[in-house]
Amino acid sequence: MNPSEVLLLRNISKSFPGVKSLSGVHFELRKGEVHALVGENGAGKSTLMKIIGGIYSPDEGEIVYRGQPTKWSNPQQARASGISIIHQELKLAPSLSVAENVLMGTTLPRNRLGFIRWERMYERSRELLSSIGSDLDPKRKVGELSVAQQQIVEIARALSIQADVIIMDEPSATLTGKEIDRLFALIRLLKSRGVGIIYISHRMEEIFEISDRCTVLRDGQWIRTLETRETSDKELVRLMVGRDVSVLAGKREGELPSGREAPLLGVTGLSDGKRFWDVSLRLNAGEIVGIAGLVGSGRSEVLMTLFGATRAAKGDIRLEGEPVSLDSPRDAIRRGIALVPESRKEQALFLQMGVGENMSVLRLKDLSAAGWIRMKQKEALEQESRERLGVKTASLRNRIVNLSGGNQQKAILARWLSLSPRVLLLDEPTRGVDVGAKEEIYTIIREMAAEGLGLIVVSSDLPEVIGISDRVYVMRQGRLVAELQGGDIHEETIMMHATGGQVS
Amino acid sequence: MNGNPAMTETGREGAARLNWRGIMDKMGIVIVVLIISALFAVMDENFLTWSNMMNMLRQTAINAILAAGMTFVILTGGIDLSVGAIVALAGVSGVYFSQWMPALPAMLLGTLVGAAAGYVNGVLTAKTKLPAIIVTLGSMTYLRGIAYVVTGGYPLILNDGSFIKMGQGYLGPVPIPIVIMLLVYAVFFVILKYTVFGRNVYMIGGNSEAAFLTGIRVVPRMTWVYTISGICSGIAGVILSARLLSGQPNVGSGYELDAIAAVVLGGTSLAGGMGTIVGSLFGALFMGTLSNGLTLLSVPYYWQLIIKGIVIVLAIYIDRLRQRGARG
Repeated sequence: MNPSEVLLLRNISKSFPGVKSLSGVHFELRKGEVHALVGENGAGKSTLMKIIGGIYSPDEGEIVYRGQPTKWSNPQQARASGISIIHQELKLAPSLSVAENVLMGTTLPRNRLGFIRWERMYERSRELLSSIGSDLDPKRKVGELSVAQQQIVEIARALSIQADVIIMDEPSATLTGKEIDRLFALIRLLKSRGVGIIYISHRMEEIFEISDRCTVLRDGQWIRTLETRETSDKELVRLMVGRDVSVLAGKREGELPSGREAPLLGVTGLSDGKRFWDVSLRLNAGEIVGIAGLVGSGRSEVLMTLFGATRAAKGDIRLEGEPVSLDSPRDAIRRGIALVPESRKEQALFLQMGVGENMSVLRLKDLSAAGWIRMKQKEALEQESRERLGVKTASLRNRIVNLSGGNQQKAILARWLSLSPRVLLLDEPTRGVDVGAKEEIYTIIREMAAEGLGLIVVSSDLPEVIGISDRVYVMRQGRLVAELQGGDIHEETIMMHATGGQVS
Repeated sequence: MNGNPAMTETGREGAARLNWRGIMDKMGIVIVVLIISALFAVMDENFLTWSNMMNMLRQTAINAILAAGMTFVILTGGIDLSVGAIVALAGVSGVYFSQWMPALPAMLLGTLVGAAAGYVNGVLTAKTKLPAIIVTLGSMTYLRGIAYVVTGGYPLILNDGSFIKMGQGYLGPVPIPIVIMLLVYAVFFVILKYTVFGRNVYMIGGNSEAAFLTGIRVVPRMTWVYTISGICSGIAGVILSARLLSGQPNVGSGYELDAIAAVVLGGTSLAGGMGTIVGSLFGALFMGTLSNGLTLLSVPYYWQLIIKGIVIVLAIYIDRLRQRGARG
């Protein structure tokens, strides 16, 4: 074993009843290296991550950690020996303070009687936080923090146990601009201290910015490990999916509808009184409008208000020139407004129900007589939805929780398309979705625009916003600060407006 | 992450396990009922006789009917602690009305009192967004109080012969409470499976925010769910008073826990969104078979309580294991 290697996995295989999830996977991590782990959803990244973290033990193969063959029998052991996982869905105690969350898993400072020394706790967590450039108040409750801030708490926690290996599972999924820069600065700092980092992400530009090497997995198989600077995004994607795809959404060709007549959706002076103020925007039929901005800038809240899920405190919403009041999602749906919300699992999916029912839910009323569902028609609709959007599932009765993120998202799109809406609001439509499915979702979005729908896309993925939008609004701190068109739509301008001047 | 290993990666893997789990979800309690029935049949020759079976089912009917309504409540992720108190109040009311009118309207009015109590539970839970356990803990207490106030604390004697039939009569060879129980289950089975309302109950329980964001009217649905539980408690209260020949304000305490236990034993998740009505029937049958068999075997009542208690804890434990498996 090369002495600079901190972790080596040799020929790892893991099966679950009926299915082989990993077979013969190799992986090595050097000290001070950022090693990207890439592959589509279902390629085996999470399984590999769980094996390294001691959550699963491999059926075959060997793990060498710090030069010693190792077998962890539980995640606590792995953690105690310096392996820290930062999960995509953060594992924090929302009702406890930042300090308690940061220092959870360390020996808490105590006085001679064994009671907690709170000042010391706040002090220590403040030190850890400020070492990663955060001025979060250690006394605040974690539940009150934004997702981005919670992630900072997670990272500080990993630092508190002085991890040798940190596994980051899509850490940037909920961050934007400055925050990602801060994360990368932090990763570089950790590198310089000799920490090995396994970085899991779907975003190509991040992999190329931050990683030293990449390992590609596909269908549970190790495909290749490459030096990042010797490869290209095209090659990586090809290795991941086993075929050629264009990574980024290309521009739509053809004439854009003019904005002379009354727009499909016209919003003037909209405020919810808490998270955004005085937002005015318009959306034409057949148009894809992006809303960019940092997390917390009020983008999702605008969509929730346009969907009637939160009430507007002030402002005017018009559909084709006609003023409407949207007091509930029911109102919005009745008027042909649809929303694919930010968080699939929490806001959209009925996890324990079948794929079919998740797609037909909006049409149950129409498919029933006096409350009785016509099962044949319902199944026909579900079948049609599945084929139209190419949702991959063995059966429509399969619980949707078992599908990959991309297929879940396609099912949600199918749900809304079953209603033939006029306006479709999409909040982070490709978060946690693998490259192949991303491409399909872009195609669907473009087809819908071509059919005359108006679409608003909120996304933290800048290349996505740029690639897919005809026009882009930028939000900062609850206000619309810019409207960009044509050649003005590029990363620097968007980031300049989103951050308030400093080009990141 | 807390997913079952096979459930997290792809749909393909999930499908292979799903069949097995699907069968266990639906059949697990059925198999358990068959096993303990077989055990009791071997240990006591009187167990498998027609008269003992009918007796056991008649005793089970009240818990089973309560569990049927409770299934709706638990499927939405709620709980109804007031069912025992509604049983008492509805029974007392039914007997009270029977002093002034024929049996049928009196029984309907008694049931309606139960429905009204459930409706209030539903409105309070849905509108105030207070946890159902708090709302129904309150109503459990005040409804019991109302039952005492109505009767002045004494039992009301039931004199109406047709009313008494409700608890003691037969339809052919089958006791009427059993017929009612089967009817309730048949109707609820169809509602949960084939109506928009039934599917909405699962959706609200599975993910109430997603239900709201797909335009499902959560408040009226929830109100109906608690009203249904109230109706079931009302029916059970009327049957119980007919069996006891009186409306007694102190009956039914602890029935809520038996009903919850039956529902959970039947595989319905306390977290909501997952479970079946048939499961609850077998959950109730399991509890009925258990006490019937233990009584036949002359196990003292105090010991039966101990065994029942252990079974309830086991049921919750099993529920937790199931959730760990099913929530991704």
